[in-house]
Amino acid sequence: MTELMGYERTDGTFGVRNHVIVVPSVVCVNGVVEAIAREVPGIVPLTHGHGCGRAITDSISHSITLQRLCTHPNVAGALVIGLGCESVKSERIAQESAGTGRVVKTLMVQEDGGSQQTAAKGIEIVKEMLAEAEKIERKPFPIEKLVIGLECGGSDAFSGVTANPGIGRAADRLVDMGASVILTETTEMIGTTHILQRRAANDAVKDKIGEIIGNQEKRTEQVLGKHAKLAISPGNQDGGMSCITEKALGCIAKAGSRPIQQVVEYAEIPTEKGVIIMDGPGFDAESITGLAASGSQIIVFSTGRGTPLGFPIAPVIKVASTNRLYNKMQDDMDINAGIVLEGGSLDDVGNSLFDLIQEVAAGEETKAEINKQNGILALYTQTTSL
Amino acid sequence: MNPNTIIIDSRDNVAVALEDISQGSTISLPDGTEFPARSDIGFSHKVLLKDLHQGDDIIKYGEAIAQATMDLKQGEWIHVHNLNVQEDAS
Repeated sequence: MTELMGYERTDGTFGVRNHVIVVPSVVCVNGVVEAIAREVPGIVPLTHGHGCGRAITDSISHSITLQRLCTHPNVAGALVIGLGCESVKSERIAQESAGTGRVVKTLMVQEDGGSQQTAAKGIEIVKEMLAEAEKIERKPFPIEKLVIGLECGGSDAFSGVTANPGIGRAADRLVDMGASVILTETTEMIGTTHILQRRAANDAVKDKIGEIIGNQEKRTEQVLGKHAKLAISPGNQDGGMSCITEKALGCIAKAGSRPIQQVVEYAEIPTEKGVIIMDGPGFDAESITGLAASGSQIIVFSTGRGTPLGFPIAPVIKVASTNRLYNKMQDDMDINAGIVLEGGSLDDVGNSLFDLIQEVAAGEETKAEINKQNGILALYTQTTSL
Repeated sequence: MNPNTIIIDSRDNVAVALEDISQGSTISLPDGTEFPARSDIGFSHKVLLKDLHQGDDIIKYGEAIAQATMDLKQGEWIHVHNLNVQEDAS
């Protein structure tokens, strides 16, 4: 492994990118964030559709997620634009951030003179942040500080055969060297509770695995009906999957085979190293937000049908499950796990991913970064709006 | 000639077809072993690597995913018709 070089933050983390971000605390001020981004294109705007009008559980979750993104290792400076009467409070995000040793600045549209004046103030602040960020130079950091998020989306019949087991090979190598990988998408773990529990590092982890998958089964039942949680779709069966356990094994294969050290909530930062499970939804856009908020500096994302989605502040590496997809969407795919269909091995896939992770950590842009496939910030939301 | 199947975990007793394989044609494993297909096996579907008895585990990803509901022979297609799994959600 080449020496990892990153941007050191005041909380002891290391970023592989050096972004200055502007985050609205509530949807009502997205326009101010966009105005700042138009004037200062070097910043990353994180517009979203939340911040108010939901149950307190979601407001807290959204606030925590935004705060963790503001203090993400890949972020050099963060400005939160608040409104003033919303339930996700900008000043709370700043306070919580200060507690971790990071500085987050805030403006409030109802106090700072309305949209235009707030934007003008914001432009000055982020210009200063960018100037400060440019002074930070990369320095060596230990692999124990590297966290890789794992995602699959737009899966096909080969995602669980080529791409995910290939990612698992890379995950084992990384974990053996001291890095962490985060497995999520609890919905897609249904059917493998007993298998994941066997890999738990201790009884607390074992119990927590049972709890989060059990809760997800109940939620799935509420949304989709009684039998949905145990069965698979006719499309899955056409693809050769015989049961939910087999399908889920194809998903969890991304996390390799090493012991599971900790289970964290959505957007919670792990305190252990190694294989981590983050409780969260299967929906890609909300899932990768949680992976980033939990501290993943890089996200590895397998796909079979071909999703171009990236994430604004963390490089997303796309792993295509077939040659067909890789050739059809070369603009969006970084790694071709389809080589397995032409005589390549899963180890070959794992090794090329392992190499690419090092290059991306050193600054090489992923296809999603080149394409600016940043989506919109999607926050995991469990209650209806009120 | 590339193998037309992949074995995901060394403990598995099924391989995954990398292309459509018709009954009677050759199944080739990554280690060079060959044997005939006893049924048509669609791409991404499972093929049995060794004879099994009713009740034996089907192992994929190194884990038991289901049990055989009848005695099965090497080269057979493995799916819902010969496994004790729940039918689809439709």
